[in-house]
Formats: sequence, structure tokens, C-alpha cells
Amino acid sequence: MRVLVIEDDRDISQFVARGLRESGHTSEIASDGETGLEMARGGGFDILVVDRMLPERDGLSVIKTLRAEAIRTPVLILSALGEVDDRVKGLKAGGDDYLTKPFALAELLARIEALARRASPEESATRYSVGDLVLDRLTHKVTRGGETILLQPREFRLLEYLMRNAGQVVTRTMLLENVWDYHFDPQTNVIDVHVSRLRAKIDKSFATPLLHTVRGAGYMIRDGSV
Amino acid sequence: MTAQSSPFQSTVFRLALAAVTVLMIAAAVIVYIIGAQANRVITQATDEAIQADAAHLRTEFASGGIDALGAIIAERSRHPFSALYILIDASGRKRAGNLAERPHDIRGGARFGTFTYRPSGASIADRRLAAGLIIDIDAIGGILVVARDIEGQRRLLTSIDRSLQLGLGTLALLGLIVGYLLARHVLRRIDGMREAAQVIMAGNLSGRLPLAGSGDELDRLGQQLNSMLERIESLMSALREVSDNIAHDLKTPLNRLRNSAETALSDTRGGPAWREGLERTIEEADGLISTFNALLLIARLEAGAIEESLETFDLAEVVGDVAELYEPVAEDRGLTLTLATTPPIPIRANRQLISQAIANLVDNAIKYASTAAPGDRRQLLIEIATRVENNTAILIVADHGPGIPAADRARALKRFVRLEASRTRPGTGLGLSLVAAVAQLLHGSVQLEDNNPGLRVVLTLPLAVAPQIVAASVKPARQSDEKV
Repeated sequence: MRVLVIEDDRDISQFVARGLRESGHTSEIASDGETGLEMARGGGFDILVVDRMLPERDGLSVIKTLRAEAIRTPVLILSALGEVDDRVKGLKAGGDDYLTKPFALAELLARIEALARRASPEESATRYSVGDLVLDRLTHKVTRGGETILLQPREFRLLEYLMRNAGQVVTRTMLLENVWDYHFDPQTNVIDVHVSRLRAKIDKSFATPLLHTVRGAGYMIRDGSV
Repeated sequence: MTAQSSPFQSTVFRLALAAVTVLMIAAAVIVYIIGAQANRVITQATDEAIQADAAHLRTEFASGGIDALGAIIAERSRHPFSALYILIDASGRKRAGNLAERPHDIRGGARFGTFTYRPSGASIADRRLAAGLIIDIDAIGGILVVARDIEGQRRLLTSIDRSLQLGLGTLALLGLIVGYLLARHVLRRIDGMREAAQVIMAGNLSGRLPLAGSGDELDRLGQQLNSMLERIESLMSALREVSDNIAHDLKTPLNRLRNSAETALSDTRGGPAWREGLERTIEEADGLISTFNALLLIARLEAGAIEESLETFDLAEVVGDVAELYEPVAEDRGLTLTLATTPPIPIRANRQLISQAIANLVDNAIKYASTAAPGDRRQLLIEIATRVENNTAILIVADHGPGIPAADRARALKRFVRLEASRTRPGTGLGLSLVAAVAQLLHGSVQLEDNNPGLRVVLTLPLAVAPQIVAASVKPARQSDEKV
């Protein structure tokens, strides 16, 4: 994947670039808004990571200009501003996801992967399957090895999100945002309890576990044999 | 937004009424004086004429006797003139004059006064007013009446009276109408200013009071207030900019700190102590950042400016979602979470903020209920309830944990206050202050009460009038008392 990082803080852009490189992606760095806009216009990027406070031209203006020019490359907004309205403004300007600084590298990588995947056709599939676990989005039925698994509505949405991002790390914040639509941090680790309940339903009586905890990052659903 | 004021209650209307009343009194006095003066002048002229006439006739009588007097009166009576006479002899017979009979109604038998008479040829009802002098003519034992018709004077006075009444009536009516219109005009402008002020108080600092452009005193006041608002807005935006910059400047090094620790951690060569130290660094940095974020959020809320993200939604639904989020955690800790809601409860707020506030309350309840003495089953109950009372939405989160002593309750809503008993527990100490800030922003309130034992938090928020919520509630109604 080719990522354009528009960020004026050299330490952060280097950190992001190294993280991307280590997980097999290539990246280019623009250190001000105008340069970033020019590079994004040139095309060829799968994802744009845009800081909000930039010299020359601020991040939101870069995104608005790109969207006005019908350039639809997914944008992850990176910002020190994490307040209620800032997120709304960011998404209104045309951003696809919003991550508040400071962030864990794992979080950033997971979100970039999820954004890239969102742009792919798999998004609209009506059936997800991982190993012998099958989730039907139309009938809302989940089976594993042919056995029906009964899930609560929220558990279904949780599994659906994990399976849409199968093979990728999904962080707790991503789950909280996408399954519960909460953009704040509940202090108790509520997500872990929900995931362990889901795990009890889909993994407990089966030999191969599918739902894995990724230490220091989050969760991942994948076929154990791969 | 607000009830329009009635023009009748306005100061302008009352002032107009007072002015009209004073004007009416003044007009009445002036007209009365003019009337009285005119009456006096005319009466005096008439009286003088009668006296002069009487003196002349006396002289004639003295020189020519009764026959000469009779002839003069007969002569004068022939001309249609305002002078009236009657000469009556001792037998009571009329000897001469244009009056039909001796006036009967001169008051109290006085020698001089007013009376009414019937002109010759007029109908009985048509009596006219006259003023006259009765002169005894001792020589013949008869009397002579010398009078003047003053019906014209009487009509003039009546007409002045009637004009006065009509004028005062018109004045009163005009005063009412003009007062009402003036009051309405002024009130409209003031209501406009009031509404603008309310919008500004609700957080839209860029709002300004409307000006009519006439440069009158209201406009000048408006201009003054507008320049004050200008100043407030620029101060607020400067403050916001400063806090944004601080956020940026403080969070950036924290970010670097965290990133370096994370990068170092990815190097697999380190030992366990080294690894643990780095993990602790990341953890502490995260804690610092979350405290910092909570503080910034509360500061922003207190400054009030989240208009952009306000929406109308069902509080019961949001509470249900939060309860559902926390239910597994509560169950894992052996607690029972009950939810009693009666949807829909439409409120206008920021959904994220309300969710966060409720989550803070439930999170706190779980944290503290877990510390309650085990054994008693009731102790392990956390009750969440919503209801509508007096047009306000009420949310209650109650636990049976240690509670907060009455003396500490007010303090508990302030920033960074963590009561002695809970100092060792994790958390930023900003949970309840965030709830208080959210409540204040939305014109609601938070109360901490005793749950005997435990804490009972009552969050009150104004209801929104929202038809779309009613439509959205067609889905199967939530059970009134459900265990989630």
C-alpha cells in the first residue's frame, strides 16, 4: 500500500513512515499543506494520513480541496484536537476516519488497513466466512461447522466488524467506534468483556480458535491454519 | 424561542397612557377655563345691557309716566331682537311687551335671575333661556320685566361641553392606539435583541443583536452591546486558540515520548525489566493524555460551543445502549444492572457527550458497588432509570456502594476531586465533573443523593420538542422494567 503522510512534525512523520515500512507499506512525507495537496493531486496513493494543524494550508482545507476536485482517496485525519466538534468538523470536511494524537502505532496501522479495505469491493459482500465460521449479513445467521450459533444483536455486529476485517488487527477503539458508535474512552475495559463473551460462543466448543487477542493492539479474527 | 411579551405590559405603553392621561386633564382644564371665561364675559355684557336698559326705562317712566313707558316697550317689542319686556299693571294684566307672561321660574323670588320663556308662535316644548330684572313700579302697583334672551349663550356652553367630552374621548382612544403601536414597535425590537441574546448564550458567540439602523437610543445600546460581544468573541477565540496551541504543544512531546517507547519496545533484544519499564512509560503517558483530554473537554464545555453537533434523540435509547455496554462488566463482577425506562424521552444534545456522561456514571457505580460488603444481595444492585417529570428528562443511576458523605457531595462535582476514600482507585477524578459540565451546558443539573446506602446521581435535562422522535418510537416498545 502507498501512503502519503502530510505532517509537519518530523518525529511523528518518521515514526509513522517507519511503522508503515515495517508492516510492508511504502510511504511519502509532505511537511506542509501546500506540498501535501500537490502530492495528493498527483495521485497514486491508497491512503492519505493528514495532520490538522499544518503550515501553509491547514489539514481540513487540504481535504476539502481534494474532495471538491473529486479526488476520493480515503483520508485518515491525525490531530491533537480530539474534542467533540473537532471530530465532527473533520468528518464533515471529507475525512474518513479521525485519530487523536498521541496514538499507538498499532492503532494507526489497523485503521489504515481498515480504510484501505473499506474502499475495496469486499465491503459489500453479503456473506463473510473465516475457516468454518460463516456469517450471513442478510439472514443474520451465524454458523460454525454447520452448527447455528445464536448471537445477541450487538454480538452479531461485533462479529460482523471483526470478520469484515478478517486477518487484520482491530483495536478496541475501532470496535468502540464502529460497533457501538462511541468516540470516547470508557475507563473500564468494557470491550474485552464483550469480546470474551463472543469468543465463548464462537470458539469454546471448537478445536481451532478463530478470535485472537493481539497483545498491545487489539483483536484479530483469522483461520488458525493460515 | 421565548414567549413574546404583551405590548400592554410594556413600559412604553404605560408611559403613553400616563402621557395621554396628563394631556386629557390639561385639555379638560383649559377647555373649562375658556368656557367659564366666555360665560362670565357674555353674562357680564348681558347684565350690563339689562341694567342700562332698565335705567333708561326708569327715566322714561319718571318723565312720561306709565303711558310713555308702555309706548316705548310696545315700540321696542315690535322689533325681533334679543331684548324682552313685559309690563304688568296692578290687576296683573299685561299692558305691553313681547313676553307672554310674567316669568315664574326666577329662582327664589329674587329680583334678578334667569328664567325660561316661550317665544310667541313657538310650541310648548320649545322654551328658551333668558336673564332678566324685575322692577316694581310702585306708582301703579305693577311690575316691569326687562330681560335678554340668552339661549345662544346656553347653546354655546353646551356645545363647548360636548366638544370637551368628544375631544377627551378621541384623545383617550388615540392615546391607547398610538401607545399600543409604539409599544409593539419597541417590543419587537427588544424581543429581537432578546432572542439574539439567547442564541448567543446558547453558545453561538458569533451572534449579534439586530439593529434597526435608525441610530436611536435602542440602536446605540445595541451597538454598544454588539461591540462588547465582539470583544467577548475575540477573547473566547483567543482563549480557544491558546488552548488549541497548548493542546498541540503539550501533546506533541507526549506523542514523541510514547512513540519512542513504542519503537524501543518493538526491539526484541531487551530484557523483561526493560520491557516492563517501557510498557509502564506508555501506560503513564496514556493516563496523562486522557486526563489532559478530559480537562480540555470540560474547559470547552464550560465555554459552551458545541452547537454544531447538537441533535435530537431519545435519551431512553442512549441509556439503554450504555447499560448494554456495561452489563457484561457488571455481571463479571457479580453485580446486577437493572434498567427502567419509558421511551421516548426526546432531548436535544450531543449524543457522544450524553453517552460519555452516562457511561461515566455507570462506570463509577460499577467501580464503587464492587467495593460494597459482599453477602447482601441488595448491595450488588445498580439501578438505572429514566423518566419524564414536569417537562424535564430525568436520569437516575443508583448504586449501593460506600456512597459519598453529605458534606462532600457538592465538592465531588468539582474538577480533580477524588474523595479520600477513593484515592487509591484508578481514574482521572474528572468523571463527575464532566457530567456536571455537560449538564450545565445543556441547561440541566446534577444532584448527588443518598441511596441508603450508596450514591444516587440524578441528572436532569430539558426535554426537546421533536416530532421525529415520536415517529421513531413506533418500533416495539421497550419493556417498562427490564433486566438487560
